[in-house]
Amino acid sequence: MSAPVWNNKVVKWVDDRLPVFTMMHHTAYEYPTPKNLSYMWNFGSLAGFVLVTMILTGIFLVMNYTAHTSMAFDSVERIMRDVNYGWLIRYIHMNGASMFFIVVFIHMFRGLYYGSYKAPREVLWWIGILILLAMMATAFMGYVLPWGQMSFWGATVITNLFSAFPIIGDPLVSWLWGGFSVANPTLNRFFSLHYLMPFVILGLVVLHVWALHAVRSNNPTGVEIKTPQDSIPFHPYYTIKDLFGLGVFLIFFAAFVFFAPDYLGHPDNYIPANPLVTPPHIVPEWYFLPFYAILRSIDFAIFGIPAKLLGVIAMFASIVILFVIPWLDTSKVRSSAFRPVYKWFFWLFVIDTFVLGYCGAKAPDDYFLGIEGLHVITMGQLSTLYYFAHFLVVMPLVGKLERTKPLPASISESVLKGGANA
Amino acid sequence: MRKFALTAIAAAFAITSFSASSQAAGNAPVPAAQEWSWNGLFGTYDRAQLQRGLQVYKGVCAGCHSLKYIAFRNLTDIGFNEDQVKAIAADYDIEDGPNEEGEMFSRPGIASDYFPSPFPNDQAAAASNGGSIPPDLSLMTKARVNGPDYVFGLLTGYEEEAPEGFDLAEGKHYNHYFPGHQISMAPPLYDDAVEYTDGTPATIEQHAHDVVAFLNWTAQPELEARKSMGMKVILFLIVLTAMLYALKRKIWSDIEH
Ligand code: HEC
Ligand code: HEM
Repeated sequence: MSAPVWNNKVVKWVDDRLPVFTMMHHTAYEYPTPKNLSYMWNFGSLAGFVLVTMILTGIFLVMNYTAHTSMAFDSVERIMRDVNYGWLIRYIHMNGASMFFIVVFIHMFRGLYYGSYKAPREVLWWIGILILLAMMATAFMGYVLPWGQMSFWGATVITNLFSAFPIIGDPLVSWLWGGFSVANPTLNRFFSLHYLMPFVILGLVVLHVWALHAVRSNNPTGVEIKTPQDSIPFHPYYTIKDLFGLGVFLIFFAAFVFFAPDYLGHPDNYIPANPLVTPPHIVPEWYFLPFYAILRSIDFAIFGIPAKLLGVIAMFASIVILFVIPWLDTSKVRSSAFRPVYKWFFWLFVIDTFVLGYCGAKAPDDYFLGIEGLHVITMGQLSTLYYFAHFLVVMPLVGKLERTKPLPASISESVLKGGANA
Repeated sequence: MRKFALTAIAAAFAITSFSASSQAAGNAPVPAAQEWSWNGLFGTYDRAQLQRGLQVYKGVCAGCHSLKYIAFRNLTDIGFNEDQVKAIAADYDIEDGPNEEGEMFSRPGIASDYFPSPFPNDQAAAASNGGSIPPDLSLMTKARVNGPDYVFGLLTGYEEEAPEGFDLAEGKHYNHYFPGHQISMAPPLYDDAVEYTDGTPATIEQHAHDVVAFLNWTAQPELEARKSMGMKVILFLIVLTAMLYALKRKIWSDIEH
């Protein structure tokens, strides 16, 4: 990395004292990037864009929101009706949460497919998982704020999960609630934390990008950058590619915001919260459904450990297990493009997460896809089993047994031969 | 590019299937889809219909249901001028106060007042309706799955007699679309329930269509502004994205990739 020369006097004066311009030059301009990244590498910058969008719209929402159980719902309706462009700000924020998860889930599946979690990118991957956990906490607490029926009952169901822990369970739940049920103190602390967490995420993203720049981007071949011919500077090549991707993404985003703003939400959340009326189906937002299915699928006790506690453990384990996959995956080859067997298991795993999502949306005793005799709970259990088996059995075994395709000698060689799929 | 398109399609498909499946619930039949004027990308409200719907709300529903997020001033949105709004507001008695003597008093409504609620509190509402509280209607079409179709189905889906073998509780009415089929609301609409000032034939279907249209406006008053802005935003984004794509091709043209 050569140090840039600053011609502008002011820039130079500042940079000599605090080298922010040099740092920005290294990270966003000169950063050597593999020349063969596919559009799958757009989703990181998209996630960053959505994060900023969420923070900005959030700040404007707070200016008109009232965190009190007797006023929260009305204040949101006031935003929708009386605040100038309040509906726009709220619908962007509401749908932005869904967009964030879509983008980050694709980003993570990309990492899984191309083995981006393997050495030397383990810490980068870990920070990503922390970001996911922080996003989930943020989204959950944000959903409580409008104080509709799903806000209230979703909060009640999820916070109640902690009561599954022996001895500390009940005191823990009262402590979370700040009382003996989800009520005004709960709403207030969720509001406070919902404002705080995005900035924690922002900090984690800085670490994430820092780690990324230390280890460099992976690429579709999974072969590291070896010679200068393998890489190109980030600017202008990837700045323009990311901008184009952003344009496509914004069209998708805008289609929801302007033409189907409530499509991803639940109608019950337009009914003010009522602790005396339980909705017939309490369903979390779509991005929690696979995890919800895992939680519910444990309906049996093992060794006297109650089902509820096992469910909670399984749900958290489904994310925590991601921390150790750098070691569960025994393959020497990163990219699934060169792993003819694992590739199939990867797609099976993707399908499995969709099946889990479907199961999470349905009542346990419904029929799966209407198939007579096949209950959602059974299917949820099978897919939960496969979810863990993928990491605990498939990853170690296939890595050992599979005969991988020959890797290209370098990124440039693969490019000349027509890419990772050749 | 191909992969990118596939990804986008897969993502769109995924969320569609998720949210469709998360909303299919309940034991009631799916109400038939109606042709609403605001359907589709370009659909807008029909002002005359909204005004008829207001008449139905005022003449029928307002006896039991509040509409608390709507102020009289909002009615300019559905085509009334300010004098008409003042006249509509003045028809209502609004409780105000306390005055200098500390007494609450009643005065004619003004444009900035909200539609007053028919009952002073939930207990009074429940007491007059066999124990059930008539819900506020401002957000009704957003608060039910397929809201407009559902409310239309509900209003026109009564049966005088419950089907053979159905155990209808005292004071309840049989309705095809209400979950569980037993509703405390007596059939509110009938032919000629209100006489339309614009001479539209006052059938029960007409009443139901009109009042649902009105309620969809109360739930989504921003709908027209939102869609027309959406058109402009998306057109702009398509042009911008096409230009970015051209630029991307140009910049990358000297790179083997
Ligand atoms: C005589 C009083 C009365 C009148 C008049 C009346 N309603 Fe109702 N309405 C009720 C009651 C009571 C309920 C609650 C029913 C229940 O929960 O069983 C209700 C419930 C409803 C619901 C909610 C159903 C659901 O899914 O929960 C809608 C929608 C509705 N009314 C619309 C209307 C409309 C539109 C009108 C005017 C055309 C109207 N109502 C007139 C008393 C009334
Ligand atoms: C707020 C959310 C996130 C933001 C803003 C973000 C941002 C980024 C950016 C800008 C990149 C570089 C561009 C790219 O490769 O796509 C990146 C790479 C990466 N991210 Fe994230 N990320 C987020 C969440 C996650 C999560 C949840 C994970 C996984 C648990 C993750 C794992 C990775 C990995 C492994 C890489 C390197 C990928 C490679 O080069 O192949 N990220 N991230």
